[in-house]
Amino acid sequence: MLKLTEIDTYYGDLQALWGISLEVKEGEMVSLIGPNGAGKTTTLQSITGLLRPARGNISFDGHDLLKVPPDKIVDLGISMVMEGGRVFAGMSVMENLELGAYGARARKDRAETIEHVFETFPRLKERLTQRAGTLSGGERQMLAIGRAMMSKPKLLMLDEPSFGLAPILVDAIFEMVKGINKQGVTILLVEQNVRAALELADRAYVIENGRIVGEGSGEALLSFESVRSAYLG
Amino acid sequence: MLQPLAQNIVYGILIGALYGLAAVGLSLVFGVSKFLNVSHGELLMLGGYASFWIFKGLKIDPFISIPLTIIFLLLIGFILYRLIFSRLIKLEVDKKIQNSLLVGFGLSTILQNIALRLWTADDRSITTAYSGTSFELAGIRFPAVRLISLGITIVVLISLQIFLKKTFTGKAIRATVEDWQSASLMGINIHRVYLLAFMLGCGMAGVAGTLVSICYSIDPSMGLNWTLKSMVVMVLGGLGSMIGTFVGGIILGVTESATAFFIGGNYRLIAGLVLFLVILIFRPQGLFGTKEGDR
Repeated sequence: MLKLTEIDTYYGDLQALWGISLEVKEGEMVSLIGPNGAGKTTTLQSITGLLRPARGNISFDGHDLLKVPPDKIVDLGISMVMEGGRVFAGMSVMENLELGAYGARARKDRAETIEHVFETFPRLKERLTQRAGTLSGGERQMLAIGRAMMSKPKLLMLDEPSFGLAPILVDAIFEMVKGINKQGVTILLVEQNVRAALELADRAYVIENGRIVGEGSGEALLSFESVRSAYLG
Repeated sequence: MLQPLAQNIVYGILIGALYGLAAVGLSLVFGVSKFLNVSHGELLMLGGYASFWIFKGLKIDPFISIPLTIIFLLLIGFILYRLIFSRLIKLEVDKKIQNSLLVGFGLSTILQNIALRLWTADDRSITTAYSGTSFELAGIRFPAVRLISLGITIVVLISLQIFLKKTFTGKAIRATVEDWQSASLMGINIHRVYLLAFMLGCGMAGVAGTLVSICYSIDPSMGLNWTLKSMVVMVLGGLGSMIGTFVGGIILGVTESATAFFIGGNYRLIAGLVLFLVILIFRPQGLFGTKEGDR
């Protein structure tokens, strides 16, 4: 479904990704783990078009993503939740959700999709007219994921969805992500919370200093010595 | 004493509404793309001349020709953005502000000189059959054209407000103001949003220019004064609050006319700048703005 081949991405003059190759198959949940600054977020941003790789290739469902303008990528079925959710704080919950369905493909179905999002996140329905900035951290993250779901993604990419949340909320968010995956949405998850990320995922990639240094099933990586010592302590 | 004062304040409110209208355009562009377009006043001047020549040449009433002026300014906005401002859009925020200041300054000089060349330095104003008409209420005069202008200002601002609040495109603009990366991820073409906001800002300047040419007068060098007023009002009202900006305009108008009344006409311009400094020192987020943190 999604395939990155030998991606090099730069931040200005600084090379952040060195020949990243990875693949996500339809229906899978894949985690991308690694230390801070390893290039996890950069990888996701290269896929969404927020950053453009200098070299390499990204294909999604037969489309060459590097030739698709950023605002059309969401129409192909890729949605991303940035770290911290990044909801539109000054706008209402409803407006945030509406904007999630901004793309042409999702816009016509938005009345239907929103009901579906309420089933996953009933809390959002109670907060519809509230400004997103007044929501609690957990609610914001739910809104961010709900907003991403409004675009009817085939592939949902999540950047640190557990970041800054209380442990009990972290579990709840992961449950929801699992639920979304069960509905048939392919997931690419970037996480600091390595144990949870590996337990959840079908497969995972380990990224360090902008390079993929390991790959395998979640279980296999959990027992992998270098991963254990580096991330699980 | 009381009646002349009240008369003064009424005039202050009427011109203040135009300050507000001019500032909303500047503020919209700044909010969306962080361009501080100091040629905003010159765009207003172009709007004024457009109405003037449409009136002279085609004998179309200036209030009726407002849509034509808007279209003309939207077009100018499109050209200026595509030709010049789009080149700055990828810069970081502080560089964008600095460079747009420089570009705007150059542009204002160019536009001023073109206007000077084409239309001479003469003061012009549109005099219609009803220009002298005015109403009197409790001994206070309300010139008809300025009342109509106030009405048009309010209609334009309410329309803009509805557009931003209710339409998908308007929401896309607000989303881009808040977080362009998030907006881009929603599938919003942010470059189109920047272009549209810039054009809208020019359109608002055009309307303001028309109203100035009807109520007061226009000349090629009027721009700087209007840019300054717009900037004072933008800071006064606080960014991101359109109603705040409009009220800020009226506050500036009233402050100016009250200063003229109590201290003397020579001091009216200073009053606005003093107000500007006081606000910057004591309430930098503006009278009606919110701090970044509690948005």
